[in-house]
Amino acid sequence: MSAVIINNIIKRYGSKKAVITALQGISFDVKQGELFGIIGPDGAGKTSLFRILTTLLLADEGTATVDGFDVVKDYKSIRQRVGYMPGKFSLYQDLTVKENLDFFATIFNTTVEENYVLIKDIYSQIEPFKDRKAGKLSGGMKQKLALSCALIHRPSVLFLDEPTTGVDAVSRKEFWEMLTRLKEQGITILVSTPYMDEASLCDRVALIQSGKILSINTPQGIVDSFGKKLLAVKSNDMLHLLKDLKQCKEVEDAYPFGEYHHVVLKKDGEELLKSYLEQKGYLFKLKEAKPNIEDCFMALMKTS
Amino acid sequence: MKQFIAFVKKEFHHIFRDRRTMFILLGMPVVQIIIFGFALTNEVKNSRVAILDPSKDAATTSLIAQIEASRYFEVDQYIHSTNEIETIFRKGKIKLAIIFPSHFREDLQHFNKAQVQLIADASDPNVANTLTSYASAIIMDYQNRITNDRKLPYTINTEMRMLYNPELKGAYNFVPGVMAMVLLLVCTMMTAITIVKEKEMGTMEIMLVSPMKPLKVVLAKAVPYLLLSSVNIASILLLSVFVLEVPINGSLTLLVAESLLFTLVSLALGLLISTKVDSQQTALFISLVGLLLPTVMLSGFMFPIENMPLPLQVVSNAVPAKWYYTIVRSVMIKGTGFQAVWKETLILAGMLFFFLGLAIKNFKIRLA
Repeated sequence: MSAVIINNIIKRYGSKKAVITALQGISFDVKQGELFGIIGPDGAGKTSLFRILTTLLLADEGTATVDGFDVVKDYKSIRQRVGYMPGKFSLYQDLTVKENLDFFATIFNTTVEENYVLIKDIYSQIEPFKDRKAGKLSGGMKQKLALSCALIHRPSVLFLDEPTTGVDAVSRKEFWEMLTRLKEQGITILVSTPYMDEASLCDRVALIQSGKILSINTPQGIVDSFGKKLLAVKSNDMLHLLKDLKQCKEVEDAYPFGEYHHVVLKKDGEELLKSYLEQKGYLFKLKEAKPNIEDCFMALMKTS
Repeated sequence: MKQFIAFVKKEFHHIFRDRRTMFILLGMPVVQIIIFGFALTNEVKNSRVAILDPSKDAATTSLIAQIEASRYFEVDQYIHSTNEIETIFRKGKIKLAIIFPSHFREDLQHFNKAQVQLIADASDPNVANTLTSYASAIIMDYQNRITNDRKLPYTINTEMRMLYNPELKGAYNFVPGVMAMVLLLVCTMMTAITIVKEKEMGTMEIMLVSPMKPLKVVLAKAVPYLLLSSVNIASILLLSVFVLEVPINGSLTLLVAESLLFTLVSLALGLLISTKVDSQQTALFISLVGLLLPTVMLSGFMFPIENMPLPLQVVSNAVPAKWYYTIVRSVMIKGTGFQAVWKETLILAGMLFFFLGLAIKNFKIRLA
């Protein structure tokens, strides 16, 4: 059985004059026990989708079920069983770590002791600061506390809206390790993120852009479907290089990527590109690159 | 129930940890009562008086002694000629000058008639009015005493009694007003602000995606403010009885019960505001402009409603504080029982159900 079924969801905002369609007919399923990533830039519609699934917003069209319950009709049942961590840090800043956790445990009709096993990994890291006010924690610790609070009632489906935004690289890595361990406990996890590099840590990902799904696949599947040759080019004048690369007939797309520019070729025109750059008088370094999710995202954005 | 208690406990944490706000909430009624009681008073006390007394006889001396004895006047200086009057008033300290003629007592005895001139600084007309009438009253009193043994052919004596407030103390007027204002501020404004704060902070989002019923969330938020208001009612009543010496003439139970009713009306109003607005600032603005101003202006506390133009009188009926103010004045000052205020009570109860119903109807179980 699928933990989440989304069927042609459309969500519009605004009045009659200026309508923004945040979600333009989205459909996908998330399997039980899956770690599912929704990857897309800011404003792609990730938060709207999460709010619809957590019964906080009503879709204009389409249906969705979470754990077999309809998000509109059975919203009360869904609120009993899902865990939700909004994008903005949403715990009580003037309560201590422990008070926050106790409070959320009571609100969800449980106790910290009952499900301590589930959060032990995460909570043990912030336990030394349990008497500190939540507002005084660092970004990474806040995320851990928020995750503990969202998990305290052993939800069947966990919704994490951009949990790693504004968190340092080490904490991000730790956070994803925790998610993997939670998955092993049988919790279905939906996580959204604007960071493409986090996609490879999911079982499956949906790439989303301007309210439309570009692709749904395993991270490997998405990379495999790239199907074009990708080069990385570096030179002494990166700014003009990008301009010239974009004007080259052989090049389909070029964009900055770390210290290199990534170049997608139309067909096998590597030699032609080399001579083009030599002719322009660049001192350059060129190598073949393995496409990653970001490259796929750029390519998919271009075609859609 | 356990959820409810946990929520109320959390709410108290919020209140107690925000010391500044707590101090304002609990200190405001005390400060207001003290300010209204001692500083912002329209009673006239110890006004400085200048006296020109060229006759200096037994009659003027005893009259001056009586004026000096009253708590309204304090004889500041004696002047020696009418030319000085202008100068002393210009200095601004003197509010009233009493001018006796020469041979005051002789006039009185030989012609059965003497004159006293009262000159008041009418740059503040209310004070001038009050002072001249106080002074005339003292002089009348003196006259009555000296004519006691002689029978005048015709006299009409007006005898005045100020019922319920024989000393015309301002406190009798503002204590009920301050009670209405403080309860409204604490209950309506704070309830609205804290609920909206949960929306603004995003914690409402988590609360909604929880088994706790949204309505329960909101009611749990109101409980601490109900308790806080009870503390405020107690401190206002204690201050007014023991510091300002305003008696509670009616039943204390009735007074407290009516105050709780008004508190509930204010809480319902706060809930209603919170369902309509999304930012703490808007909530504050609506509470202040939409509620505090009408309460001060239209409850009869600052300005008598009877003197207002008809449209304003009609509008004033929609202000809950007006009815509460009437109730408190009746029960606390006049000492009347429930039979005298049942109509006002009924109106407040009606308002409570109206606001509460509207708040529940508007309450959102989702974000938008």
